[in-house]
Amino acid sequence: MPDQHNHPESQLQFSDETLKLIATLTAQYPDGKQKSALLRVLHLAQLEFGWLSAPVMDYVARLLHIQPVEVYEVATFYSMYDTKPVGKVKLEVCRTGPCMIEGAEKIVSYIEQKLGIKDGETTADGRFTLKTVECLGACGYAPMMQVGEHYHEHLTEEKIDRFIADNA
Amino acid sequence: MKRKLLIDKAGVPGIASYEVYRREGGYRSVEKALKSMSPDDVVEEVKKSGLRGRGGAGFPTGMKWSFLAKPEGVPRYLLCNADESEPGTFKDRYLMEHIPHLLIEGMIVSSYALGANTSYIYIRGEYMWILHILERAIAEAYQAGWLGKNIMGSGYNLDLHVTPGAGAYICGEETALIESLEGKRGNPRIKPPFPAVKGLWGCPTVVNNVETIAAVVPIVNDGGDEYAKIGIGRSTGTKLISACGNIQKPGVYEIELGLSVEEFLYSDEYCGGMKNGKQLKACVPGGSSVPILPHFLVTKTAQGESRLMSYESLADGGFQTGSMLGSGGFIVYDEDQCIVRNTWNFTRFYHHESCGQCSPCREGTGWMEKVLHRLEYGHGKQEDIDLLWDIQAKIEGNTICPLGDAAAWPVASAIRHFREEFEWHVNESKLSQQRNYGRVSEKTFVNATA
Ligand SMILES: Cc1cc2nc3c(=O)[nH]c(=O)nc-3n(C[C@H](O)[C@H](O)[C@H](O)COP(=O)(O)O)c2cc1C
Ligand code: FES
Repeated sequence: MPDQHNHPESQLQFSDETLKLIATLTAQYPDGKQKSALLRVLHLAQLEFGWLSAPVMDYVARLLHIQPVEVYEVATFYSMYDTKPVGKVKLEVCRTGPCMIEGAEKIVSYIEQKLGIKDGETTADGRFTLKTVECLGACGYAPMMQVGEHYHEHLTEEKIDRFIADNA
Repeated sequence: MKRKLLIDKAGVPGIASYEVYRREGGYRSVEKALKSMSPDDVVEEVKKSGLRGRGGAGFPTGMKWSFLAKPEGVPRYLLCNADESEPGTFKDRYLMEHIPHLLIEGMIVSSYALGANTSYIYIRGEYMWILHILERAIAEAYQAGWLGKNIMGSGYNLDLHVTPGAGAYICGEETALIESLEGKRGNPRIKPPFPAVKGLWGCPTVVNNVETIAAVVPIVNDGGDEYAKIGIGRSTGTKLISACGNIQKPGVYEIELGLSVEEFLYSDEYCGGMKNGKQLKACVPGGSSVPILPHFLVTKTAQGESRLMSYESLADGGFQTGSMLGSGGFIVYDEDQCIVRNTWNFTRFYHHESCGQCSPCREGTGWMEKVLHRLEYGHGKQEDIDLLWDIQAKIEGNTICPLGDAAAWPVASAIRHFREEFEWHVNESKLSQQRNYGRVSEKTFVNATA
């Protein structure tokens, strides 16, 4: 497992399974258009390496036969990509209108207090990161947060307590 | 009779699997189209159906399809827009999570109609678990012979793939979606050329919303004329509405277009009325971008007619007293909600999501956010309200893509209908920190002007 905050180039290597998946993905596009797989591959890279450091992005560029700058451009445009280290568990709480009127702001303050961090920060032990995000398409089940591939809906303080206890 | 054409079977146990979906009559439209219809026949049925794009703009789908350029030897593409990022909108998610094969079936008939041999579903990155659901369903469809080479011995070939975004509202705009699918930043392109001529990798391309594509299935099964019998006027068929906010029963509902807003909002079959015995203050009927309506213009028009859930009726009165059906994201506010705060919140969203290409949008959204912030936090001045009006007017129509308009309309409509609440924030700045304004007073619209 590479150090989360430092990705020495020599150790950067996707798992065999992921490399196989990437081969399937790039085959979904016509010859010469493999760059189309970039967004998905960056998701996979973030999953495997924790965040998108410059060495990780350079590695992805080599894999897809594109220039590193083409990867940097994309990685910095989309809000789901972390180009700085983050905690192991990222709590992304929706802050947009429909969630706000159902109490999203209270949920954010509650998490801030509980973890002793502000929006955008990571706990000292590197475990949790809190991030407010824009509408995630769960407005009818507000307030809500996303953690990894999971949506936690109809959030309450009790649910937050339980989640944090389970993931500490 | 209230018909449901899309999510009627969403509750059938196991419907997400191919086996159950097929047993319930799935993939009939593909059999029918490939065995007994030419691609143009399918386009013709879609034209007859009167189906209009369900992504927000409401453009007639059959007409859009007939614009697709067909140069010899150049591939054509159908892209499904599953970016679903308009605040208040969560209907496509419901359809894809519960009945993924309906979207795949729709993609097959629609791709056949357009002569596309490779099609892609572009789904927002946050819906990664739905991407996995779709991947499983696509694999099942290949296995059963509905995708791949020579489908059902018809000679028609189709490959279908699903690919994620990574958190950018702008990628729902069709040319930004194409850029993103090419593995780039989601910067909208200048039109013309339109995607129908030069889209994905410079090839002719059609982009359609998830729900639009799903609706092609019942249209092919039952015929365009049957579909057109549902609805009212030029608003034909059924529509998925995602309802949220201060109502009893938030969720996704399939309605026949033409249902009254009154029934949708207050009957137990749909939203079930307001939560906690509160009164209605305002409603944004079609996703955050469309004009907000004050309580007295929600269930009836300025003329006092019953307002209906249709493209025309929701827009009745233009931007003076109407709104839009938009994406079907129906957001309801009760008397305890603050319009200034909500407008600030939405403006922050548009500022955050502006791609930054056009200065009126990039700078204007940030400026509006700042002004709204100081109004909301009690540091605003009277002139700020006029300043806001001025900024939004200078964004609207002055950007490459409609995100600028989408940012301007919520501000303009909030000031138009809730000016007294904005002024109260200036005049009673201390009080406005302690409590909300409540409902604005009803106006009469004899000579409604700006
Ligand atoms: C800023 C912006 C965001 C949009 N987001 C979406 C979206 O998330 N889903 C969608 O289907 N259409 C979205 N649209 C509309 C698309 O550009 C396009 O009109 C639509 O996908 C066409 O499909 P339809 O004709 O089937 O509605 C958006 C447009 C703009 C300007
Ligand atoms: S506003 Fe929070 S999910 Fe839509």
